[in-house]
Amino acid sequence: MNKIIERKMIVPNMHLIEIEAPDIAKKVRPGQFVIVRPDDEGERIPLSVADWDTEKGTITIIFMEVGASTGSLASLNAGEAVATCVGPLGNYTEIKKYGTVMCIAGCYGIGSIYPVARALKEAGNNILTVIEARSSYLIYWLDRFIPISEKIFTITRDGSLGYKGHMKRLPDILHSLPAFPDLIIVNGCTYLMAHTSHVTKEMGISTIVNLNPIMIDGTGMCGVCRVTVAGKMKFACVDGPEFNGHDVDWKEFLARRKAYMEEETLFFRRSEPKTKIHKEGECQV
Amino acid sequence: MSDEKIEKASKIDLDRTDMPKQPPEIRRHNFNEVALGYTEELAIKEAKRCLQCKKPRCKTGCPVEIDIPDFISCIVKGDFAGGIKKIKEKNCLPAVCGRVCPQETQCESKCILTNKKGEIAIGRLERFLADWEAKQGKIDIPKKAKPTGKKVAVVGSGPAGITVAGDLILLGHEVTIFEALHRAGGVLTYGIPEFRLPKAIVAREVDYIKMLGVKVITDFVVGKTRSIDELLEEFDAVFIGTGAGLPWFMNIPGENLNGVYSANEYLTRMNLMQGYRFPMSSTPVRKHMKVAVVGGGNVAMDSARTALRMGAEEVRIIYRRSHAELPARLEESENAEEEGVIFNMLTLPVRYIGDERGWLKEIECIKMELGEPDASGRRRPIEVPNSNFRIAMDAVVCAIGNSPNPLVPSTTPGLETTRHGTLVADPETGKTTRDRVWAGGDIVTGAATVILAMGAGRKAARSIHEYLMNKG
Ligand SMILES: Cc1cc2nc3c(=O)[nH]c(=O)nc-3n(C[C@H](O)[C@H](O)[C@H](O)COP(=O)(O)OP(=O)(O)OC[C@H]3O[C@@H](n4cnc5c(N)ncnc54)[C@H](O)[C@@H]3O)c2cc1C
Ligand SMILES: Cc1cc2nc3c(=O)[nH]c(=O)nc-3n(C[C@H](O)[C@H](O)[C@H](O)COP(=O)(O)OP(=O)(O)OC[C@H]3O[C@@H](n4cnc5c(N)ncnc54)[C@H](O)[C@@H]3O)c2cc1C
Ligand code: SF4
Ligand code: FES
Repeated sequence: MNKIIERKMIVPNMHLIEIEAPDIAKKVRPGQFVIVRPDDEGERIPLSVADWDTEKGTITIIFMEVGASTGSLASLNAGEAVATCVGPLGNYTEIKKYGTVMCIAGCYGIGSIYPVARALKEAGNNILTVIEARSSYLIYWLDRFIPISEKIFTITRDGSLGYKGHMKRLPDILHSLPAFPDLIIVNGCTYLMAHTSHVTKEMGISTIVNLNPIMIDGTGMCGVCRVTVAGKMKFACVDGPEFNGHDVDWKEFLARRKAYMEEETLFFRRSEPKTKIHKEGECQV
Repeated sequence: MSDEKIEKASKIDLDRTDMPKQPPEIRRHNFNEVALGYTEELAIKEAKRCLQCKKPRCKTGCPVEIDIPDFISCIVKGDFAGGIKKIKEKNCLPAVCGRVCPQETQCESKCILTNKKGEIAIGRLERFLADWEAKQGKIDIPKKAKPTGKKVAVVGSGPAGITVAGDLILLGHEVTIFEALHRAGGVLTYGIPEFRLPKAIVAREVDYIKMLGVKVITDFVVGKTRSIDELLEEFDAVFIGTGAGLPWFMNIPGENLNGVYSANEYLTRMNLMQGYRFPMSSTPVRKHMKVAVVGGGNVAMDSARTALRMGAEEVRIIYRRSHAELPARLEESENAEEEGVIFNMLTLPVRYIGDERGWLKEIECIKMELGEPDASGRRRPIEVPNSNFRIAMDAVVCAIGNSPNPLVPSTTPGLETTRHGTLVADPETGKTTRDRVWAGGDIVTGAATVILAMGAGRKAARSIHEYLMNKG
């Protein structure tokens, strides 16, 4: 049982939750995740850690309400508790001086990439931030990115802020730069990561993605999170979640990601999603 | 033989008392326990067959040397309380062991009546006593030694960890168990299905050690949440009982298709996450009509029988050797067969074929034949050239084995492992290559049995106690 300090919707369908977890707050590093079980009947879902406070002993997660478990999380309030919060899991991002690093994020990835960008900035890198969303009103935490970014680019579907369109505009951004970044890190939905990897492979820019397959235990015990990277079977929970985006078998990854789509709709929803703006990949098409 | 002995031998009752079971056509549709256990009358009847040998051979077959004839004679006298006490001197998990121990290769195989095929049903009697005790409702709490002020951390809550914790708490030490999952019990909780080992029994054992004062902290991954070195700052000794939880795959094409599971995933979804209650529980489970299970051990039988209960119409065991080599307990493969599992022996999958949506559709197999015995003494299976064939299937569960999870060894400097990834530990004491760190169970032996894990826990507890008391 971990107590909830705060839970609020920060933009439509996107929630911030601050959970009491002193052991995790002490240990977590950028790029890692936790597994949360909203209640005793609930499934175990992986969520990236978007921020933490070692002194207060809390961690912060940004999550999108997409289904049953994120739905029950979204209905919890300060003072209540989640049944499980275990971690920090997975490997952390290798923080060192690369030169210029472009951080590309969308959906919950805006939150999860923030500590990565912050640590990379502290390590002496120039940070270029790219945020992708359907519309400007779905963008959050810009205030956090401004002080650490050299430059921030936004891409919105409706053109309400920055570039108009979707991830296909990425080459335009890259070509507008005096030089390609030394490294690109992408967090967010699968299509964002797959598409970015596709584009940067052709351009020869190293790209790290933070994969989000289905998981159960998060400790290497069940193998459901397996992905093919450079032709080898890897368990994302212990070998990842970060991998070289150019080496990931994206077609297989997408098929596995959607494995339970039909069953998920079978499960009785405890709460209706606040807004129905997101379904796997559909925001990109 | 003296006249007297012959006289006695002729009276020997070779008729093993059957244990009532749910009929196959009913049980294949429910998750309730298959075997129903002896009644008092049946238990006494079976116990009376015991010859009370002077040099009991059965005892030598038990890895923890339970005084088998003694507890059996208590049953004959109707002194069930005395009987269970006798067992508990050596085995702290009798309700579990009576159900899942491979008695046919342990105690019962050594019984003098075995060559007459009438060996005493030791396991069933053990189970009877444990269940009898549970039914009494009042639990005997043994007296604890006075507090020593020493603290021990136990990593993993499987049978090895539970045993270490239970033994050390009685000796007066403070014990904390750290468990990665949200429920304690190890494989007993997440692996072995409800119909073979009801989860209420496992919960009872965990509650018992909690009642003795053991602290059980779930949702705590040692090596991640805290390292062994960090635990050593707070605790005087650490025991590692993290089991063998890393699933093997076969490295054949199509293994990452949807519908291909490791047995760990399949069983965890059903047991730990209560998938069999879906959609009442929220962990999604897909309904499969044709399920193949690759492998021939207990894990394979458990997966196949779970698939039947989940509503599959056709369930096959695909095993590369023959019936005679099946590593599963005989009782379990017989149960599976009775329930309608189809056995495809001498068969090896070579490729999984998917549909356009990335779901499994067919399995391509090759026929095998048995050659010369290999290192394990079993005849080596060899492929029959050009014997490939396909079976239509919509799920396959890979149950070909597990190795130890490298998480703890890889985050603990100085902890030596073998080529197989198991921890190096003294077989008599469980001492590892790190000071103040002990280990036991599957993490040391590789995937083995509940009773061996329990036995290893016992030995380690003894050694830890000795160390703590001599340390001053
Ligand atoms: C390492 C890792 C880190 C993650 N970090 C975060 C995070 O910080 N914040 C966060 O919101 N999510 C994160 N996820 C994804 C998150 O685990 C899933 O959103 C969650 O499991 C959904 O559970 P559910 O029961 O609410 O939805 P389900 O009922 O399981 O899914 C409902 C529907 O939404 C789709 N869907 C589920 N998840 C996503 C997704 N992430 N993107 C697009 N479509 C999806 C499903 O395919 C399904 O159709 C992470 C995943 C991994 C593996
Ligand atoms: C499906 C199945 C059926 C079986 N059937 C039988 C049978 O009929 N008879 C029989 O005798 N044996 C059977 N076995 C084998 C038996 O269950 C094991 O040999 C036994 O459970 C091993 O006990 P253990 O204590 O060493 O480890 P486990 O029972 O594996 O427990 C280890 C525990 O440690 C936890 N853990 C792992 N890593 C960490 C970490 N880093 N931090 C914290 N916790 C951690 C795990 O989550 C787990 O709970 C079966 C096994 C399976 C999988
Ligand atoms: S513990 Fe296992 S081996 Fe020992 S007597 Fe009981 S059933 Fe037999
Ligand atoms: S989540 Fe089970 S092995 Fe990765």
